[in-house]
Amino acid sequence: MSAVLQDPQLMEVNPPLVRTEDYHDLTEQISVIVEGDVVKTPLKYWITLAITASVTGILGLMLAYLVSTGIGVWGNNRPIGWAWDITNFVFWIGIGHAGTLISAILFLFRQKWRTSINRSAEAMTLFAVMCAGIFPLFHTGRPWRAYWLFPIPNTDLNLWQNFRSPLIWDVFAVSTYFTVSLLFWFTGLVPDLATLRDRTTNKLKQWIFGALSLGWRGSARHWSNYEKAYLILAAISTPLVLSVHSIVSFDFATSVIPGWHTTIFPPYFVAGAIFSGFACVMTLLLIARWTLNLQNLITIKHLENMNKIILVTGSVVGYAYATEFFIAWYSGNLYERFTFLNRAFGPYWWAAWSMYSCNIFIPQLYWFKKMRNNLWVMFVISITTNIGMWFERFVIIATSLTRDFLPTSWGYFHPTYVDMLTFAGTIGLFLTLFLVFARFLPMIAISEVKGVLAVQKHQFTDKEVVAHDLR
Amino acid sequence: MTLDELKDKIGIGEDKVYAAMGAFDNPDDLVEAGRKIREMGYTKLDAMSPFPVHGIDDAIGVPASKLGWLVIWFSALGALTAVTLIWYVGAVDYRLVIGGKPFFDFSYTIPIAFELTVLFSAFASFLGMWAINGLPRLYHPSFNYSQAHRASDDLFILVVEANDPKFNPQQTAEHLRSVGAGDVEVVEG
Repeated sequence: MSAVLQDPQLMEVNPPLVRTEDYHDLTEQISVIVEGDVVKTPLKYWITLAITASVTGILGLMLAYLVSTGIGVWGNNRPIGWAWDITNFVFWIGIGHAGTLISAILFLFRQKWRTSINRSAEAMTLFAVMCAGIFPLFHTGRPWRAYWLFPIPNTDLNLWQNFRSPLIWDVFAVSTYFTVSLLFWFTGLVPDLATLRDRTTNKLKQWIFGALSLGWRGSARHWSNYEKAYLILAAISTPLVLSVHSIVSFDFATSVIPGWHTTIFPPYFVAGAIFSGFACVMTLLLIARWTLNLQNLITIKHLENMNKIILVTGSVVGYAYATEFFIAWYSGNLYERFTFLNRAFGPYWWAAWSMYSCNIFIPQLYWFKKMRNNLWVMFVISITTNIGMWFERFVIIATSLTRDFLPTSWGYFHPTYVDMLTFAGTIGLFLTLFLVFARFLPMIAISEVKGVLAVQKHQFTDKEVVAHDLR
Repeated sequence: MTLDELKDKIGIGEDKVYAAMGAFDNPDDLVEAGRKIREMGYTKLDAMSPFPVHGIDDAIGVPASKLGWLVIWFSALGALTAVTLIWYVGAVDYRLVIGGKPFFDFSYTIPIAFELTVLFSAFASFLGMWAINGLPRLYHPSFNYSQAHRASDDLFILVVEANDPKFNPQQTAEHLRSVGAGDVEVVEG
C-alpha cells in the first residue's frame, strides 16, 4: 500500500503517456523480456506456469471423461439444458471483446494510450475465444463432428444447415471473430518480429523470427500499405465486435422464453462484454506491469482511462438491468413480471444480488479519482467485475430455464464436479496461453509505442522552439 | 532457368548495385532530407524506419495505397456469397419447412452476410497487403547495408535506388551526405 502511495506518477499534473526518452531503450526494454538472456526469466514465472499448465491438464482430463462417458457428466438436465457450458461460453466470448475494442475502436478514435496495452489485449481476445469455443464444441457431444456446423457438402450427413436458426449465425460470428482477430494481431506483430530478428545472434531464432516476420524491412512503401491494411482491419473489426455479442444474444432473444425474449439484449450484451473484458485486461496488465517492471510504459494514466471505461460500461449495464425491470412491470405480461421478481427474490436471489453488487454498485467507486488511481482498488474491482459478469450470464440462463411455463417441470440447477473443474480448467488454459505469450512474444507493440514516443518528442521540440522564439 | 539468370532478372548479386543508403537519428531529419533529395531530381526513393514516419510519403513521393479498392470488391463478394449460399440451401437444394418460416428471406441472411463481408474483407486486406508489398521475401539487397538491422530499432534510413536515372554511385552518396545522412554506403544487390 505504501509503495502505491509513493508512486511518483500520481504526483504529476499533466503526465506524459510513456516514460522513456529513447527509441533504442524502448526496443531494449521489451525485447529483453522475450530474449531472456540479459534478464533471466524469474523462477516465480516458471512456478506459475507449472501451476496453470497443471490446471489445463485437468481440463484435458475432464473433457476426455466427458467424451468417453457422455454429456450426462455435466449437471445439465431438464429443464435446464443450457447451464454452465453456455454461461461459460458467453462469459469467455465477452472477455474477448475488450481486446478488439482496444485495438480497433480506440484506434479509430485516435486514442494514443491504447498502444501500450493493445497487443496484450488482442492476445487476450484470442485466448478467451479459444476457451469459449470449447464449451459449445463439447456440448454437441460429438466434437469430432464439428465440421457439420459449417456448410461443407458432406456425404455422411447429407444435410444442409438451417440458416433460419441463430445458432448457425453464432458459428459464423464466432469463427469470423477468431479469424479476424488473429489476422489483426499477427499484422501488428510483424514489425516487432522483425525487430527481434534483427537483434538476435542465435541462428535458430534468426530462422524462426525471420520466417515469422515475412522479410519485413520497414520500407516506407510497405508502411503505407501496412497502415492502410491496419486501418481497414480496425474499421471492419469495430462493427464485427458489436455484431458478435449481438448474435450471441440472438441465441436467447429469438426464443420465446420469458426473460430472454427482449430487444434490449444485443446492446446490453455488448456493453456487458466490454465491461467484463476491460476488467480482465486490467487484471492481467496489473500483474504483468508489476512482475515485468513495465510501470514506465503502462502508466497510471492508461489504467485510469481503462477504469473510466469500466465505470461507463458498468453503468450502461446497470441501466439495462433497470430497463428490464421497468419493461417487465410496464408490459403487463404476467410471465415476464414473474420472471423478474423470481430473478431478484426467487431461489437464485443470491446469484442475482451478487451480480447487481459486482456490476452496478462496486464500480461506482470509480467516480472518485482517488479510487481510479489506487492499484489495489482497481485490482479488486477487476476481479469482482468478472465474478459479477459470470453471474449475469448464469442468472439469465438459470432463472429463466428453471421456471418453465409448466410448474411441473420447474427445477433447480446443481453443477457437478465436472462442470466446476472444466470451467476452472479453461481459466488455467487462458492463463497458460497468456503467460507463454507474455514471455515469448513482445507483449507491448514496440513499433506503435515508438510512434507515440515520436509524437511526444516532436511536441517537446516544438515547445522548445517556441520558448526560444519568445526569448 | 539457372540461379544466376534468376538473380539477374530480379537484380541481385554481388556485381549489381542496389542503392545508396544513408541513416538519420530521428524521423524529422529523415523527412527533411527526403524532401531535399527529391528536389535534387531523384525519383526512385525509399525509406526504412522502425515505425511509419508521418510526412515521409509526401517527401519522397510514395503513392497512396490502392489496397482499399481491392478490399471493397472482396467485401461485396462476401455478402454475395452469403446470400447466394443461404438462398441455394433454403430455396433450391433443401426445401424444408421449419417453424413455418419462408424458404428464403433477406431478413435472416443479414447476420451471416455481415460476417462473411467482414471475413472476406479481412482476408483481402491481410493477403492483399502482403501481395502488394511483395512479401514474404527471403532476401532483399537492403539487408546488405551495414546499419539495416537498426531500421527496426532506432535508425531512419533514406534509400536512393540504383535504377534511378540520375543515380551515380559517388555523386549520389555525396548528395546523401550533403543532406545530413550518416553512414552513407553504396549497397550491393
